[in-house]
Amino acid sequence: MRPIDVIEGKVSVLDRADVDTDQIIPKQFLKRVERTGFGEFLFYDWLRSGEISLEPNPILVAGRNFGCGSSREHAPWALEDFGFEAIVAPSFADIFYSNCTKIGLLPVELDEEHCRAVAEAGEARIDVDDQTITSAAGVFEFAIEPDVQHRLLNGLDDIGITLEGAAAIDEFEAGRQPDAAPTTTAL
Amino acid sequence: MPQTMFDKIWSAHEVSDGLLYIDLHLVHEVTSPQAFDGLRLAGRPVRRPDRTLATADHNVPTDGAKAARLIADQLSRVQVETLERNCEEFGILIYSLGSERQGIVHVIGPELGVTQPGMTIVCGDSHTSTHGAFGALAFGIGTSEVEHVLATQCLVQKRPKTMRILYSGELGPGVTPKDLILATIGRLGTGGMAGHAVEYAGPAIEALSMPGRMTVCNMTIEAGGRAGMIAPDETTFEWVKGRAAAPVDFDSAVERWRGLPTDAGASFDSKVEIDAAGISPMVTWGTTPGMVVEVTDTVPDPAAMDSPADRESAERALTYMALEPGTPMTEVAPERVFIGSCTNSRVEDLREAAAIVDGRKVAGSVRAMVVPGSHQVKLAAEAEGLHDVFRAAGFEWREAGCSMCLGMNPDTLIEGERCASTSNRNFEGRQGKGGRTHLVSPKMAAAAAIEGHFVDIREWS
Repeated sequence: MRPIDVIEGKVSVLDRADVDTDQIIPKQFLKRVERTGFGEFLFYDWLRSGEISLEPNPILVAGRNFGCGSSREHAPWALEDFGFEAIVAPSFADIFYSNCTKIGLLPVELDEEHCRAVAEAGEARIDVDDQTITSAAGVFEFAIEPDVQHRLLNGLDDIGITLEGAAAIDEFEAGRQPDAAPTTTAL
Repeated sequence: MPQTMFDKIWSAHEVSDGLLYIDLHLVHEVTSPQAFDGLRLAGRPVRRPDRTLATADHNVPTDGAKAARLIADQLSRVQVETLERNCEEFGILIYSLGSERQGIVHVIGPELGVTQPGMTIVCGDSHTSTHGAFGALAFGIGTSEVEHVLATQCLVQKRPKTMRILYSGELGPGVTPKDLILATIGRLGTGGMAGHAVEYAGPAIEALSMPGRMTVCNMTIEAGGRAGMIAPDETTFEWVKGRAAAPVDFDSAVERWRGLPTDAGASFDSKVEIDAAGISPMVTWGTTPGMVVEVTDTVPDPAAMDSPADRESAERALTYMALEPGTPMTEVAPERVFIGSCTNSRVEDLREAAAIVDGRKVAGSVRAMVVPGSHQVKLAAEAEGLHDVFRAAGFEWREAGCSMCLGMNPDTLIEGERCASTSNRNFEGRQGKGGRTHLVSPKMAAAAAIEGHFVDIREWS
């Protein structure tokens, strides 16, 4: 994952609430076994029907509960591959939010009024370190978990970090009751 | 200090601050290939193949194909074959197409008994919340996290907040667990449980069978909940007992499990109370599970909604669904009926639906299908003759899989078709591009198949 410090540029707007991952990347595109190339299928039905139009700007401002529904990480992959680097919304679905942070697509939670102001400003600068989003509408602060912020700023790989603490996992496993969980390979 | 069930399970699995140990990792074909690729690239093994179990469900045809190589759709075939290859390479047990134990991942876990109280369970699928019905902490994850669990058997997790929903009273006749959870989502909204591990409690929950509890926990994610949970009790222990993966020393396991329920006086971050007796059979009218009304209601009028955002969403949903405000829900006429999915495809669900259709005929305007949740469910239903009941009524009786819940296989709606579905999502295009989904219970779906429109199952005979 590449480090993210500042994301700056034009803003695309999708003014809808409850945008689900089935819309972001419809199921027929989940059959691919690769991790790349999903961008051309982003919002497949909505974009092709002309119901919405979206420019691949660095920042997307969207409505509340963005990314609800399925846990498919294909949704953040598609948004990132399309060209978005940050998604700004009043709220996100939990799994979607977490998936974004794992691949370095920055989710920014900002109250609805400020989202609208940023959308209207048309351009913005997001500073991950300062936790601010600056536009012609002013400077707004946003919250982000410190460990998530640290990982994003440094582009760290979660698995690598966890494996550095493998001794703690060994110890945890050694201290467990043998039948605390079923052994699938014995089935 | 008194603890909630969630607190107990969380603290028993915390390896270090924010690192949670995972007892069972369920894997399927759609969200895993890129995770296995990641392992290969980094030269990492699967840490605990013995705590991992795979099946093929999302993509599989329900036409009876007995092996991955017989899947007609090339992309689906490649995905299932890729899963089979990955499992072989990394030493993971897989029940793929053709296995007697194949089925929807959230149906086969409980069926095999690998889902047990007190466990942490994850899967690259949002409906993993289903397993919380056993008093487990179970939730969906993305593909990067699937890779993380494969490599480390742990997950980096922010501790969610806790919520308890207490249901007083009893569900009325004809009112099912599906109606209970739809009514709850309608009340709390699609983001109402966001950030929370939710415990469902109260007499109406305690009275539910395990399949009923699974239906409730399954749809937790539709209100944005991180996990749904129900305290284990005799009903739970009875379900697990004797299953293939049940603990060898069952009695001492039960002793341990008895300590799991929330202690008296434990505090939750938020609490909700719902009168179960006041819940009616429910039908969704829009394009989120929260857009739901009682079957006796009419299609809501967006003009009467307070918030501009709700109004706009409702207007767009009604246009998509081709419904007029004020239309009685009982006049809404589906052309398709789908009984299946990880929400409602267990043998009990099929039994309830069969009791409705027994001796009757599917309306001429309707095409109806039943897709059992697993091959074992199919066999059990056939042993009871349920397949004969469905077939005689004009239903198609198919092989196990996710099928038309998400239409990744050939079972899809065609543009404009309206469907009464026992599944969990009525999103635009979910069951097929331009398809219109109404979420209902198995009983309500079965009755709609017979009558050609929705009926109040309480009045219907």
